[in-house]
Amino acid sequence: MRIGVITYPGTLDDRDAQRAIRLAGGTPVPLWHADDDLKKVDAVVLPGGFSYGDYLRCGAIAAKAPATKEVIKKAQQGLPVLGICNGFQVLVESHLLPGGLIRNEHQHFICRDQKLRVENNQTAWTNLFEKGEEIVIPLKNGEGGYIATEDTIKMLEEENRVVFRYLELNPNGSMNDIAGLTNERGNVVGLMPHPEHAVEPGFGPDTAVATRSGIDGLKFFQSALKALVNS
Amino acid sequence: MPKIIVEIMPKQDLLDPQGKAVANALVRGGNKDISGVRIGKRIELHFDREVTKKDIEEAKKQAKEFLSNDVIEDVVAVTVEN
Repeated sequence: MRIGVITYPGTLDDRDAQRAIRLAGGTPVPLWHADDDLKKVDAVVLPGGFSYGDYLRCGAIAAKAPATKEVIKKAQQGLPVLGICNGFQVLVESHLLPGGLIRNEHQHFICRDQKLRVENNQTAWTNLFEKGEEIVIPLKNGEGGYIATEDTIKMLEEENRVVFRYLELNPNGSMNDIAGLTNERGNVVGLMPHPEHAVEPGFGPDTAVATRSGIDGLKFFQSALKALVNS
Repeated sequence: MPKIIVEIMPKQDLLDPQGKAVANALVRGGNKDISGVRIGKRIELHFDREVTKKDIEEAKKQAKEFLSNDVIEDVVAVTVEN
């Protein structure tokens, strides 16, 4: 299974995303923002970073890139797409997911191992989690405060489209402690925290068992591979 | 130079952290009567010819769909300087 990872100017975590896909058992395929050829990949990851230097608004210019336009088209046909951090911002700016992301309420960049609850395990990227499972993966953002209109929040909650919720601490002032969302079909998922940084023992968050042993992020990528095999 | 000027402001009911930080600094600096600051954007679209009605329509469309995000911002003015 081939999972594409788009690199925009200013992307940081494309290599980490590629590594996560490899460790999960997939084949990572590097994709370039200016190229509208998605190389027949089976899924796409929009990685974290600061695409186009966060000019205009985070993710706004990346949403107009030739590669992103193809992703939007294919996502509407069911292609699994995961947007991480800046990738989540790109999904929101592309209108594949509703709402917006604004500067953290406390105005500071924040970097921490973040506990989350998996609220929806019926998506292409979360099907290997238990519903209600608690996981810990790194979070690092300056503009991660999720906002939407009252009607949108109500719709997201009623349709079970909040996929991840912050636990113990809301790190950025997101409404309803929302950390991640999915679209109606469940193939597109966006979240602020970084699963690709918690995929290999020795390099993840600390756990009760051992320091840096947390690999809760691996299941995101394994879930996509499972979804692809079953489709 | 002929230009179209698009002005964008963060929505009224949203916290504007940048404006808040600037307001704090102004008040600290002795401007006790300033009760708030909000910071928006002015975007100039330049032309090498006169701006047409069609250009303005397109600029309004781009202002709404690309230059601003209507979840967090309002386009407050689109004006022309020919």
